[in-house]
Formats: sequence, structure tokens, C-alpha cells
Amino acid sequence: MPAVASLGLAGGIVPWGGIMADQDIQARIRAHPLFAALVAARARLVLLLSLLVLLPYYAFMLLAAYCPDWLARPLAAGSVITLGWPLAVGLIVGAWLSTGLYIWWANRVFDRRNAQILREVSR
Amino acid sequence: MRRRVRLCLALLGAGAPFAAVAAPVSAGLRLNASAIAMFLVFVLCTLGITYWASARIKSMADFYTAGSRVSGLQNGLAIAGDYMSAATLLGLTSLVYAKGFDGFIYTVSFFIGWPLILFLLAERLRNLGRYTLADIASARLEPGGIRIFAACGALTVVCFYLIVQMVGAGQVIELLFGLDYTYAVIAVGLLMMVYVTFGGMVATTWVQIIKACLLLGGGSLLVVLAFARFGFSFDALFAQAVAVHPAGVAIMAPGSLMGDPVSAVSLSLALLFGTAGLPHIMMRFFTVPNVQEARKSVFYATGFIGFFFLVVVLLGVLAIAIVAREPRFFVGGIVGGELLGGSNMPVMHLAKSVGGDVFLGFLAAVAFATILAVVSGLALAGASAIAHDLYARAWRKNTASSAEEMRVSKIASVGIGGVAILLGLLFRDQNIAFLVALTFGVAASVNFPILILSLYWQGLTPRGALWGGLAGLVSALGLVILSPAVWVRVLGKPAAIFPYEHPAIISMSLAFVVTWLFSVTDRSAGAARAAAAYDAQYVRAATGLGSVPGET
Repeated sequence: MPAVASLGLAGGIVPWGGIMADQDIQARIRAHPLFAALVAARARLVLLLSLLVLLPYYAFMLLAAYCPDWLARPLAAGSVITLGWPLAVGLIVGAWLSTGLYIWWANRVFDRRNAQILREVSR
Repeated sequence: MRRRVRLCLALLGAGAPFAAVAAPVSAGLRLNASAIAMFLVFVLCTLGITYWASARIKSMADFYTAGSRVSGLQNGLAIAGDYMSAATLLGLTSLVYAKGFDGFIYTVSFFIGWPLILFLLAERLRNLGRYTLADIASARLEPGGIRIFAACGALTVVCFYLIVQMVGAGQVIELLFGLDYTYAVIAVGLLMMVYVTFGGMVATTWVQIIKACLLLGGGSLLVVLAFARFGFSFDALFAQAVAVHPAGVAIMAPGSLMGDPVSAVSLSLALLFGTAGLPHIMMRFFTVPNVQEARKSVFYATGFIGFFFLVVVLLGVLAIAIVAREPRFFVGGIVGGELLGGSNMPVMHLAKSVGGDVFLGFLAAVAFATILAVVSGLALAGASAIAHDLYARAWRKNTASSAEEMRVSKIASVGIGGVAILLGLLFRDQNIAFLVALTFGVAASVNFPILILSLYWQGLTPRGALWGGLAGLVSALGLVILSPAVWVRVLGKPAAIFPYEHPAIISMSLAFVVTWLFSVTDRSAGAARAAAAYDAQYVRAATGLGSVPGET
């Protein structure tokens, strides 16, 4: 993103870009309609994915605390492996996949919109 | 040569499940020319890297953040390295070995915070941060002492974590290498000093990367060797484990860990949010050039850590099935009695059982390397807090030259090495299990609230951050002292006043409430300034506008 790099050099040291020109750009970004949309879209994705990670995890913890027998049911008749083991593996793998999902979305959508905003305000 | 070695199993943060165990060590576990040779190879390699890195440390940015030139993959490996300590390898396997499925629940809790770090922190830290965590909170809240307080919060966590690592290092190395505790602690302290002082973040990152690869490779190889005995069949493995373990089929179900849900929630809060308050891990987001690489580093780190945790759980089960029925690994040859070397040793015995002395030596060398890498990261985080936050910013008020700051950072690195050695020797034979609860408690109740609120809440004021942080610090400290780990096991009182090992459920909530209360009632000029500065921070955090990756 060359736009970001060139703007970066103009930034002051403390606190965040304390140069007048930068404040002007900040105000223009703040006023840009795409900026509010970008921030809101990111917040929605963060909330969705956080719930996707936390809800199953705390459901799992509650099951372990209050219905341990449910997690202790055998996976298949005659097997000693219980339901809890693959579920726990699923939590770890799922949490990892959620990071991949976020990055895929951020790279595809957020970065492009972000670059567009920075391009337009620096014109 | 028999010697009673006290192994502190709380290396990693388990609190309750681990207790200090004394066990005689027989010559059977003593090593072993191959271990020493492999460790020396590691030390020579890393010293070579430090020499190479020292030529590349030209500015403060190089020293603190490797000039922000680290790639996402490299940083992911380094973060994973910081998180996968020797304690993870030894402690989590022994937890699964002893408790079965409960160990897995604990492992999941120890992992599940990582996606949240990506969603909430990684990009913002990269966009806003320069050298230290305190940079972020204080940029909007200064002046008002918040930088000093945030730096002290970071130093407190570093200090507690260092004690845990140094004492654990001394004990594990004494056990595995037969090197006397005192020399082991001094050796670790000196090597760490050399890495950090001469190689800064460049060397620390590479030491961490090499060690992460060794740990991932060694753990996976051990799984393959051991699992082959069961024809890679989970059914065969678990059937054997259930047949061997004294608790039988109970190891397949949730047990005592979840017996007290409040305690479990407190533990999970401490692990979930404590990680986000560990300065030596969070500062790694400053070492990458942009948000894309910052995101990638969490993706890689989470993948490596998740994979490693699954490996570790499998190793625990394999240890039940293999180690738990071999008399040679038990004191006096009594199967089901006390393990040779203490209850932290299942994975080491497993290595010996399936790979002989050479593999045991290799794994021991990896454990040593792991400890070294983790303490180096800690020392660097401490040195940046001292040199950058306390010296250059707070004391010299930005008037220190680069050369002066560099000199202080090197003195601080050497000083922290010295302090670490001293603390390691002082806390020898102490029951330090409580320090782990304290580390994560302070990280979750002091560093994390200040960090997250300064990023996301416009209403945060200098006064609110200071009083909220203090409330978190005092309550975390006080509750740990009143908890069973200190009140009963250190002070010898009959019953604990605070029944839970982890204070986070109370101290973290208190920190947030006090921060809120002291912020909304703050009508000072500083509060207005902080609110006014939020807009610029908000735009920069979201867009990366004006962020200074490394060079200034």
C-alpha cells in the first residue's frame, strides 16, 4: 500500500501524527462515508467470530462442569473413546480456522477498502 | 549420586493440579553425553546468530523490534516459541498423564484466547505501537504517570515469570543434565544476558524460531515413534491407556478440574486475558512491518501452538499407555508409585522408552533450549520497559539521545540477567506455584484492562487507568496471598481465606469497575485531552495512517 507508506513518513513522533497536515487528513478520513462502513463491518466480523470461538468453548466448559456424563458417552458402541475428546480437538482446530477466516476476509475486503479511503483522502 | 530434587510443577500456570513434589533421582535419569553435546551445538549456533545479529543492531528500533523487518511466518514461529515453554511440554503432558481428559480441558483453555488476540489486538498493536506496550496506553493518557505505571506492570509480570522460569530451569537442568542447580541458574542467566545485550530482538527472535522448530519437530517425532507401537490406532491406544491407568475409564471423562465451576471460570479468565497482558508476547507485534504480516503471524502462531498442544495431549496419553506400566521408570520399580524424577517427567520417560538415551538426550536439550529462549524474550521485554519507558520517556522526557538509550538498554539487560540469577537462587526450594497464578492474575488484571480500554474506550482517563490498574494490582496480589497456594502452602495456615487459586474473576472485574468509576468522574484537563486524542488514535488504529514501522 504505497499510499500508507507515503503518509506514514509525514507522521510525527508523539502522539500519533501531531502534525497539522495529518490532523487534516484524519478529519477527512473520519468524515469519509466508507470509513464508518469499514469500521462497522470490521466490528461485526470481530463480534461474530469471537462468539463463534467463545460460545462453543464456554458451552463445552459448562457441559464439563454440569453434565460430565454427556461428554463421557462413548463415540461408538464398544469404543473407550468418549465424545469429549473429538469435541476438544474440534475446539482447537475450530479456533485456528477462525483466525484463517478473519485473515481471508480482512485481506480480501478490509485492506482494499482501507487503501481506497487512504487514496481518496490524500488526493 | 542421589539427590532430592524439588520440581516445581507449576512452571506453566496450572496452579491447582501441580504441587511441589520431591522425588529421589536415580542414575537412570542422569544424562548423558549426547544431551550435553546436542545442547552445546544449540548454544554455539545461537551464539553465532547473536554475533551475526549484533552487527545488525544499529538503532533503537533494531534493538527493540528488529527494525520491524520480521516476516509473518518468522514472527508466528517466534510467538509460538514464546508460548510453548518447557513447562508446556513437561507440565501439560504430566497433567494429561495424571488426569486424562481434565488435562485436555486445561490445554484447550490455555489455547482459546489466541483468536481473540487476533480479532481485538494484533492489528491495533501494530498500527499504534512502537517499542513497548506502555507506548500505547501512554500516548493518549500522558502526562499523569500512566507510562510509569504501565511499565511497572510489565516489569512485575516479567519478574514473576522470570522467577518461575529460572527456578524451573535450575531444577529441570539439574535433573536432566546432572548440572548443579546453582551452576544451571547462572548458566541460563549468563547466556540470556549475552543474547539480549548483544543481539537484541534480532537474536531473541531467531533463538525463539530455532527452538520452536526443535520443539515442534522433537514432539512430533516422539508421537510418531510412540504411536507406531499402537499401529496408529486411537482405539488401541486409548484401550491400553484405560487398562493401565489406576483411574481406569474415568480418565476419559471430565473430573475434578471442573468440580468447582467458579474456580474453573476464574482460571479460564486468567488464561484467556492474561496472555494478552504478557509483554514479552505482545511486543512481538511490533516486530512485523504491517498489519497484514501481524495478522499472518497470529494465524501461523495459532496453528503451531494448536498443533503442538494436540501433540502434547497425545504424548500424555501415550505416556499413560507406555510409561505407566514400565517398572524402570518408577521409584523402587513399583509401578503406579512415584515417577523417577518427579511427576513432571512422563514425556522424558516416554522419550527414553521409545527412542533410548539418544532421544532422551535430544528432548532434554530441547527443553533446555526452550527455557533459554523464553527467558531471553522476558529479559528483552523487561529491558525495553526500563530503557524506553522509564529512562528515555519518563525520566529523561524524550531528551535522551539514541546512544544513551541504547547504553541504558544494554545495562538493563545485564541487570535483569543478574536479578534473574539472584531470584533463581533465592527462590530455590521455595514453593513457587503461587507465582504462576500471580503472573497471569497481574497480567489479566493490570496490563490487559489498561491496554484494551485505552484502545477501545474514548472515556478512559489517566486517573481512571491509574486507579483501575492499582485496584487490579492490589486485589490480584492480595487474593493470591489469601489463596490456598500462599496462605496454606507457604504460610502454613489451616484454611485459605480466598478459596480459589486464580484471582482473575474478582481482580479483573474490580479493575474494570474502578477504571470506569474513576474515569467517568474525572473532570480534569487531562481527561479532556485524553478524550480529544482518541479520534486520532481511532483513525490510526483502524487505517494504519501515520504508523511508524520501525524506522523513524
